[in-house]
Amino acid sequence: MPKSIKSISNPQLSLNILKNKDIETIHNKTIEIIENVGVRFPSARALDIWEESGAVVDREAQVIKASGELIESALKKAPPKYILAARDSSQNLLLDGDHVYVGTDGCGVEVIDLKSGKRRRSKLDDVANIALIADYLEEIAFHWVPVSAQDYPPESRGLHELLAIWENSTKHVQTESVYSIAEARASVEMASVIAGGDQELRSCPPLSIMQCTTSPLGHDGGSLDAALTVAEAGIPVGFMTMASCLTTGPATLAGNLVVGNAEVISALALIQLAYPGTPVFYAAAQTASDPRTGVYTGGGPEDFLFGAATNLLADYYNVPLSMGAFATGAKEPNWQAGVDNSLSAFMASVVMSDMLLGVGLLHGSRIWSFEQMLMDCEIFDLVWKMLQGIPVNDETLAMEAIASVGPGGNFLTQKHTLDHMHELWLPKYMDRRSYNVWEENQDGGREWARQEAIKILETHQPEPLDPKQVDELNKIILSVEAGSQVSVDAS
Amino acid sequence: MHIDLFNEMAKSVIDGEVDEATNLAQKALEQDIEPLDAINNGYVIGINDVGEKFSKGQCFLPELVMAGEAMKAALSVLEPEMKKRGTEREVLGNVVLATIQGDIHDIGKTLVGIMLSANGFRVFDMGVDVKIDALIQKSNEVDANIIAVSALLTTTMINQRTLIEELNKRGVRDKVKVMVGGAPVTRDWADEIGADGYSEDAIGAVSVAKHVLGHN
Repeated sequence: MPKSIKSISNPQLSLNILKNKDIETIHNKTIEIIENVGVRFPSARALDIWEESGAVVDREAQVIKASGELIESALKKAPPKYILAARDSSQNLLLDGDHVYVGTDGCGVEVIDLKSGKRRRSKLDDVANIALIADYLEEIAFHWVPVSAQDYPPESRGLHELLAIWENSTKHVQTESVYSIAEARASVEMASVIAGGDQELRSCPPLSIMQCTTSPLGHDGGSLDAALTVAEAGIPVGFMTMASCLTTGPATLAGNLVVGNAEVISALALIQLAYPGTPVFYAAAQTASDPRTGVYTGGGPEDFLFGAATNLLADYYNVPLSMGAFATGAKEPNWQAGVDNSLSAFMASVVMSDMLLGVGLLHGSRIWSFEQMLMDCEIFDLVWKMLQGIPVNDETLAMEAIASVGPGGNFLTQKHTLDHMHELWLPKYMDRRSYNVWEENQDGGREWARQEAIKILETHQPEPLDPKQVDELNKIILSVEAGSQVSVDAS
Repeated sequence: MHIDLFNEMAKSVIDGEVDEATNLAQKALEQDIEPLDAINNGYVIGINDVGEKFSKGQCFLPELVMAGEAMKAALSVLEPEMKKRGTEREVLGNVVLATIQGDIHDIGKTLVGIMLSANGFRVFDMGVDVKIDALIQKSNEVDANIIAVSALLTTTMINQRTLIEELNKRGVRDKVKVMVGGAPVTRDWADEIGADGYSEDAIGAVSVAKHVLGHN
């Protein structure tokens, strides 16, 4: 079973999407918005922190206005590099600006059943099965909670999801599915059990947490409280903007970047003001709404441009980026899914976004498809290969082989060919067979991906979690369910 | 008749000109035009025109929303006068609208409100994170035909079920139809919790609302 993780490093292609002065301008305008318009932080704890730090706080509107100096000095305290740890330390992820890692998408509500091919509501078993397959795939470096365990109570669902992933995979988990203080506290305890102690949790966090902003220019109270709770324990925290042109953001791309940027950097600054030096990351999945209906598109040129531009902003603030890629708006694994996910993955990769999200979900991150998951991995594999570029040197110029073959003839029998043929990229889910073979079988990538997913599920044995740890984790979940966390709070 | 003024009213809605729509409504009152006539022969003509173009993909969502805003502005001038005169605009139904308890995501819900208002429903938009008890109280107070609730989170959409259970418990379930929506909400979920209507988007919500009240 493959234990290595495939990441993009030292890319040979580059893209000039925004000039330095454009980035400066976007930053300055963002600060202008935070200073003069403000951002909503509907959490008493957050508002207290802002007030103590000298920001102007309107308690009634729950809006803060902070100076550029305050925001900038806070952001400088964020560590530029850190590790997202895994249960298996050989699978630790180094967020240093020179790695692109891929994670699953989240959080869907339906699953295209592997056996029946029918769409149905998601449950905990799906979370476990997806984690097991992700554990096997070398393209998947970390997990998001891929679908919602709707067969479990909302108060503790996020914790059952975490346990299911840890039980089926040794890779890092980044949850986007914990947004209450009780769940946040319990996830810290659970992560501490996995890490082997509170100090180990700080130095090698097996869990990171992502919270969504509430565009435009706002945050969710539960999310803020959960983020502050885990940040206190040293768990990496990110905030994701999904500001969408036309509806939750301006119709223009630059304006949309300003709105999203104001949300994200104000939240990251809050975390640094509260707990300086806590690892934080920028997260974004901006897109455009369809002007005919207002619906979320999950693709299109605006989406792809955001995918590339956002890493420049994250780099400007010297923090890692978790970027929404893949996550097509298509209803099934089809033409649209291929276009959306290839271009979004490429654009976010070529600028070296540290984490790419979005493998496996369809219909704007609502429907999980195991086939799409495997085909998305193939898209990443293809992008990974492209970013190696075209090395030009004596060996790759193949002068001897060219001279030896001369005009006419072929290169099939050349030693040079034998030496280098394995460097050529091979697809798993693209059809390169003869027409006749295709005509006889009438199958293709989607069916092959389905069979591969079934095979992995039947054969892959993830490294089990220590039964003692499982017991401890279950106890933590039970205590949340029994409401003991709540009564501890009240006392 | 005041054809020119009515035409201008329709145009103010089509152009999404809130100030113009307000001014024209005031002008109508000054000229002692029956408010109901101004609405039906002026503004409604405009909103219907925009609605039709929108459904054919000939205009975009912001144009529809701005038309709705202009319409709303005109109504806020004319309705107090109608009350005085004891007349009332014919509406397709009263809708209590909210983002469900625990959830603060409101853009989809707000669009549903605009679409329903533009299409002849009287909408009471209660905002976000609205307690179930408050929803039911409001529904009683305004004699609502429909309670429409949205949720963006799987953890809050549970409260759509709680609303229906609560209506049952209080013995008022048959007095009001319940419509549900929001990104994680599916038709299966709507069926399972016994909702009367479900729409995936704001545009669909209009025909669903009409359907559950037997208007088509």
